[in-house]
Amino acid sequence: MSDWVAIFIAALMVVSAIFAVEWRDLLAAVIGMAAVSLFASIAFFFLQAPDVAMVEASIGAALSAAVFIFAIKRTERYENEEEGTGWWVRW
Amino acid sequence: MVGEVVKRVLAIVFILIIGFWMAKALDQVPFGQDRMLVGKYYLEHVEEETGAVNAVTAVVVNYRGFDTLGEVTVLFITSTGVAALLWRKKRKRTAKTEGSVVLTTGARLLLPFIMLFGAYIFIHGHLTPGGGFPGGATIATAFLFLYLAFTVYEIDHKILEPLEGLTGVGYVIVGLTGLAIGGYFLFDWIWQTWGIGKENIGRLLSAGFIPIIYTLIGIKVGTELTGIVDNMIKEPEEGGQ
Repeated sequence: MSDWVAIFIAALMVVSAIFAVEWRDLLAAVIGMAAVSLFASIAFFFLQAPDVAMVEASIGAALSAAVFIFAIKRTERYENEEEGTGWWVRW
Repeated sequence: MVGEVVKRVLAIVFILIIGFWMAKALDQVPFGQDRMLVGKYYLEHVEEETGAVNAVTAVVVNYRGFDTLGEVTVLFITSTGVAALLWRKKRKRTAKTEGSVVLTTGARLLLPFIMLFGAYIFIHGHLTPGGGFPGGATIATAFLFLYLAFTVYEIDHKILEPLEGLTGVGYVIVGLTGLAIGGYFLFDWIWQTWGIGKENIGRLLSAGFIPIIYTLIGIKVGTELTGIVDNMIKEPEEGGQ
């Protein structure tokens, strides 16, 4: 795998992870989390670890996202807006 | 406010110190040089000692079989914990809207192929990449698909829970048979004592007990993850205890 593809996939993972943390809509955040797993799975496949890629795709992207969505269905969809600052100030 | 700032500065200094020493330790390891003696041993001896072509599977099931039993136990405890937390006497599906045409048709069409692919992954674990955990997870995704597509679908609990228990017991029985024949737990008696499949390494009927254990693990992981999905998706009835 050429380096640029690896960097591109890693960048997509980082962007999805930031979205998963930042989105107030928890349903969207779950999708962001599943996207991290999906890109990780693609990266694993290109790094010649197809077995890990399969586990990551089925558990990380499908099953854990489904479990989170069931949990959201029973609780609330939107996070509380108590802290208004972004990630660059909040730490 | 001042306390906060001091705390953060201390945290940064602490992280910098840890990072410095870690970098110093990693500096001692020559980069890109082959230092993996255990890994090399596995790669050189895997075919004669276990009969598996896929070295990863041989390590997971044969050399490190006891760890895998522990992993299966962890998954079992997770599934039991979810079931215990969500336990009610009467629970049922409460979804009101039927899945869309795309979802239901897709579920009907794809379901056998997903199941077949999952079964293929764990039965051929000693030949191709994959094994019990990916295979079982794939089968669980197939059942998740069913749950999402059909509002009335519910897995047959008379089959699910006994199957889950039996496969776990089967794993331990295979290990105990090895203890009785070869002298230690999870000894590969089919390969080392009986020598079945010595002549067809690289085909399905080889690698001793690896396909047997991986089939058991695949079914167990599949049933457990399906059980978690089942527990999460059902809701208690109104007024039920």
